[in-house]
Amino acid sequence: MSRIDAWRAATETKMRSPKSWWRFAAPKEFFWLTGKLVPGFGWAAALLAVVGLYAAFFVAPSDFRQGEVYRVIYIHVPAAWMSMIIYLAMAFWGIVGLTLNTRVSFILAHALAPTGALWCFVALWTGALWGKPTWGTYWAWDARMTSQLLLMFLYLGYIALVHSIEDPRRADRAGAILAIVGSLNVPIIYFSVQWWNTLHQGASVSLTKAPSMATVMLVTMLIMTFAAWSYSIAVALARARTMVLLREAHTDWAQKAAAAMIAKREAE
Amino acid sequence: MSPRQKRLSLILLGLALLASAVALVLSAFRDNLVFFVTPSEIAQGKAQAGRYFRVGGLVEAGSIQRGPDGITVTFRITDTAHALPVVYRGALPDLFGENQGAVAEGVLRPDGVFEAKKVLAKHDETYMPPEASHAVDQAQRAAQSLKE
Repeated sequence: MSRIDAWRAATETKMRSPKSWWRFAAPKEFFWLTGKLVPGFGWAAALLAVVGLYAAFFVAPSDFRQGEVYRVIYIHVPAAWMSMIIYLAMAFWGIVGLTLNTRVSFILAHALAPTGALWCFVALWTGALWGKPTWGTYWAWDARMTSQLLLMFLYLGYIALVHSIEDPRRADRAGAILAIVGSLNVPIIYFSVQWWNTLHQGASVSLTKAPSMATVMLVTMLIMTFAAWSYSIAVALARARTMVLLREAHTDWAQKAAAAMIAKREAE
Repeated sequence: MSPRQKRLSLILLGLALLASAVALVLSAFRDNLVFFVTPSEIAQGKAQAGRYFRVGGLVEAGSIQRGPDGITVTFRITDTAHALPVVYRGALPDLFGENQGAVAEGVLRPDGVFEAKKVLAKHDETYMPPEASHAVDQAQRAAQSLKE
């Protein structure tokens, strides 16, 4: 047996083994696991957002030059980060789906899109509100802002494309290809401020250098970032669960799960 | 190769080809993607007089002068190698000031003065409380006086 065959055999055993993570690629197992995860991430998001917003308004000091208006970064920066990371995640699940033909991967990509679009909109909107008092303009066609606007259109295009194709398997594939191709825009957004002269300033926080921000401000921004992560995970997984149930509506387990959910809602 | 690996390599190959195509296009349009030109680029003759464009850099210290009518402002935008005189009539953004980044939008007059129709302040990526800024200033001044 060649090494590749051995690896494949091991992978397939893993997918069937009840103790392996691979089994969550099966819709039923995915539904069970995410049922446990969604409330946890939801509560984490609420808690982190309360702490983060309190710190953003009452703990973090004002900026030496911008005064109070800089506080928009506590929303703007996490939103912009999330909008980029979620698109990359969609491309990742697209690659996994096209490679392994796993339905749940495509569903995860679909479920992430509206949340990514929301963050993208929030980043553009808060950026415009900050830009007017700081730069003197709501909008400028510099490389950072233009590529971020392109990301907004990629999100909307993805959502429109997936919904315009009726056959779910064809919609999955078309969406995955758009997500993979569009993901090339994300490094352009990120590095635009280094590659070209832009009106938008460079990164205050990056992996390659010490942050050019006071520690209190940085910690507050990171709390808000974790809140945004938790919110996105909770919302996207909850959306994916509904999509899984709809797609698997012909199976026994999905009908039972849906009936249990309805019964629970009626009891409340 | 299994079908699975074949599919994965096809996707990755396609992505790599597309990424190089995008990289080539971006490097070809490199000069057109900049939001503003610098005073040095103007000194090299990169900008044509009479055409509408943007110039960016730092506002030279001590160069801001307000005209007698109260709304005309002249200042110099510098990239430390070259400086360009700018004249502007209108309200300036709050963050506009000496040694701060600024981007002016307008035309270069034949006499070498840039006539701005719009001035934007460019912010840098430093965020700190006023006390910290004060401390940094003092430390820099102390370092300066030690050198002298």
